[in-house]
Amino acid sequence: MVIRRIAELLDAQVVLGADKLDLDVGAAFSSDMMSDVLAYVTGGTVLLTGMVNEHVIRTAEMVDLECIVFVRGKVPTKEIIDLAEENGMVLMTTAHTLYVTSGILYSNGLEGIGRRE
Amino acid sequence: MPLIAEIFEVQKDDFVAAGEASAKIKRTLKKLGVGSEVIRRIAVCAYEVELNLIIHSLGGTIDFSVTQERVTLVVKDVGPGIPNVDLAMREGWSTAPESVRMMGFGAGMGLPNMKRNADEFDIHSEMGVGTEITMKFNIK
Ligand SMILES: Nc1ncnc2c1ncn2[C@@H]1O[C@H](COP(=O)(O)OP(=O)(O)OP(=O)(O)O)[C@@H](O)[C@H]1O
Ligand SMILES: [Mg+2]
Repeated sequence: MVIRRIAELLDAQVVLGADKLDLDVGAAFSSDMMSDVLAYVTGGTVLLTGMVNEHVIRTAEMVDLECIVFVRGKVPTKEIIDLAEENGMVLMTTAHTLYVTSGILYSNGLEGIGRRE
Repeated sequence: MPLIAEIFEVQKDDFVAAGEASAKIKRTLKKLGVGSEVIRRIAVCAYEVELNLIIHSLGGTIDFSVTQERVTLVVKDVGPGIPNVDLAMREGWSTAPESVRMMGFGAGMGLPNMKRNADEFDIHSEMGVGTEITMKFNIK
């Protein structure tokens, strides 16, 4: 799914990377635990999270994530946005909860990542 | 002869710098033209181990070296050591405090994740002395 479509479906505000909305992602992963992101996610995935700190960006950087959606109306600080910008990421924020955000994207055809072997 | 050999110091409780060493390692490997799949595995292991030094150790070093065939991370800290390594290697086992969980870590996933992502993984720990972890990745 193209990131632009994700932003539209979630009625999200794009806070960084408005020029990269044509990027395509194959799956989504929802978690507030960065430990689990590190253990489960590989690139080409959008991260949906209610955790907002610089470690989220670092974590995304390590696993090659290019797009992060902050849920429950959480807005990243300037420090967080700066670090994400260095890494060429797209950041957006939606007022929906993590559950509803996941449900909207899933019901519109964006799959979850596969189960770990 | 290594193409690159660099040592990163990691301080206890230095959450502000968390990920800086791993980000540098990742950037260096990109510049060398190493494949992106193996770079991701190396970056994940470096970040997990860097976080563990910050969260659990009294401070330590990440020794990063690259040859034509492989990337090696040798990680040493100055204590306190891990009382039961078998337990620590289990998914879900963590002694991380609540403050660390509030940041999104402390699920007890790091060590097993390193073992899964590295081509070779070796851990030794002695109470009162420290922990040493060696991870090797084939890049050829
Ligand atoms: N360098 C270290 N020194 C002392 N104890 C350590 C060290 N590394 C890990 N441990 C111990 O091993 C446990 C498991 O480590 P592991 O990385 O798997 O999980 P975690 O760091 O607690 O959580 P996560 O990695 O999921 O954020 C830790 O909770 C800690 O008790
Ligand atoms: Mg850990």
